[in-house]
Amino acid sequence: MTTGTHTPRPGAAPLPRMIAAQAALETKMLLRNGEQLLLTVIIPTLLLVLFSTVDIVDTGAGEAVDFLTPGILALAVMSTAFTGQAIATGFERRYGVLKRLASSPLPRWGLMTAKTVSVLVTEVLQVILVTVIAFALGWSPHGSPLAVLLLLVLGTAAFSGLGLLMAGTLKAEATLAAANLVFLLLLVGGGVIVPLDKFPPAAQDVLGLLPISALSDGLRDVLQHGAGMPWGNLAILAVWAVAGLAAAGRFFRWE
Amino acid sequence: MRNEPVLQVQALVKRYGPKTAVDGLDLVARAGVTAVLGPNGAGKTTTVETCEGYRRPDSGTVRVLGLDPVRQSRELRPRIGVMLQSGGVYSGARADEMLRHVAKLHAHPLDVDALVERLGLGSCGRTTYRRLSGGQQQRLALAMAVVGRPELVFLDEPTAGLDPQARRATWDLVRDLRADGVSVILTTHYMDEAEQLADDVAIIDAGKVIAQGSPEELCRGGAENTLRFTGRPGLDVGSLLKALPADCAAAELTPGSYRVVGKIDPQLLATVTSWCAQHGVMPDRISVERHTLEDVFLELTGKELRA
Repeated sequence: MTTGTHTPRPGAAPLPRMIAAQAALETKMLLRNGEQLLLTVIIPTLLLVLFSTVDIVDTGAGEAVDFLTPGILALAVMSTAFTGQAIATGFERRYGVLKRLASSPLPRWGLMTAKTVSVLVTEVLQVILVTVIAFALGWSPHGSPLAVLLLLVLGTAAFSGLGLLMAGTLKAEATLAAANLVFLLLLVGGGVIVPLDKFPPAAQDVLGLLPISALSDGLRDVLQHGAGMPWGNLAILAVWAVAGLAAAGRFFRWE
Repeated sequence: MRNEPVLQVQALVKRYGPKTAVDGLDLVARAGVTAVLGPNGAGKTTTVETCEGYRRPDSGTVRVLGLDPVRQSRELRPRIGVMLQSGGVYSGARADEMLRHVAKLHAHPLDVDALVERLGLGSCGRTTYRRLSGGQQQRLALAMAVVGRPELVFLDEPTAGLDPQARRATWDLVRDLRADGVSVILTTHYMDEAEQLADDVAIIDAGKVIAQGSPEELCRGGAENTLRFTGRPGLDVGSLLKALPADCAAAELTPGSYRVVGKIDPQLLATVTSWCAQHGVMPDRISVERHTLEDVFLELTGKELRA
């Protein structure tokens, strides 16, 4: 290099360019990570195909795929917004990535916006994949796309808040273990593949308040039964979203 | 240009629970290269991280390029470059990918390909960060600190654990930064690094600056000179002392490395070499030198090992 190469010429890039670059990098990191793909792509796809074609769980009246697809869509949202985001962010915090970015021109809210964009991009890819497979298995959805979109967005907000709360307060290893455990428990107890009415009534009341149950139940009301706006489930998700994001904002530690 | 302070720290105090990491530290750094030296736990990293805006002072004031690093962080961040002691990169990112990303966050970044070439990061290819060698990880962190063309660069132990070639490449880059008018604050354990690179050296111990000045100024202390030689380890220093004039001191600093302190004149040099001859020792490196920064450092901070 010649003299003058390093002559100071500081300046932040325009905000939209910074956020777009950050979102692109985050998405690339996520898609390159094998464990993340297992959670976000392989497990939901496998469950959908397996339980639609093999009669293991009694999914009630109607086609199994019509019951399962809304649950798998809910699972996809949880896997990306909660489990995947919690684990990735936990390790970014542990390895000083968040710290290093905090001294870059990208503001913190810009980093969080980029993370959200990256989660949404991943979810769009997941929804496309699940939808294509479900149609191949004979899925016939009903209801309003607007209601579905609203459920997915609120579900994403609720799970993001909880995922970031976990990533920003626990050690990376603890986040890894806890996020996977929660994923598994909610997969079983959140109405994803096992209908909630298989549980004792007292348990149903509690399980029904979980964000995963609210999301899978709401999506099922709309997509399987053609219901209008599932206000009750939307309300539950909204409460989780507000509480989770507020707690994450309050307790998140950057290093 | 040397008169404009790039860094002003006044009466900085920073505690972690009951432990006081920085204890009323005052430091002014001007344009050029400032080295911050100190034993482990002296408060170097805490001081630097407070200047970078990572930590809020418990009391005292910090100004970097005239700005408050916490309250005016938005304005300050594009103007500084930060190299953390470790980490800072996505474990799944490739070196050039991460560097290109940091470049995109700046308005007028350096040419990434040239920087990759210069720091020998081209050979990293498709290897992700977690599989890079320690030296490659260090060089990537250094590249990330300079790619945005900052006015002031903070380097926290930039050559710790590097091989001599990589260390040389880092030094060359720091010299080029200086020549191009970039100011550098670097913490280091290596005295030769500070001597080679720094216009100004601040020695920190127990959370305070205990000495500051150019390497020459700091070394000018003591009128006595030093004679060093290396031979086989475990020579009888007591016998050497007997051969020397009474006001001289002699010691084996590290196995096989000997130091004589006193008035070093031709007579004394002859005494030492003839003593070596009598004991069948070939002093394969013998040198007469003024005080080094290391001597000054050890004098000021004590020679005993610390927990």
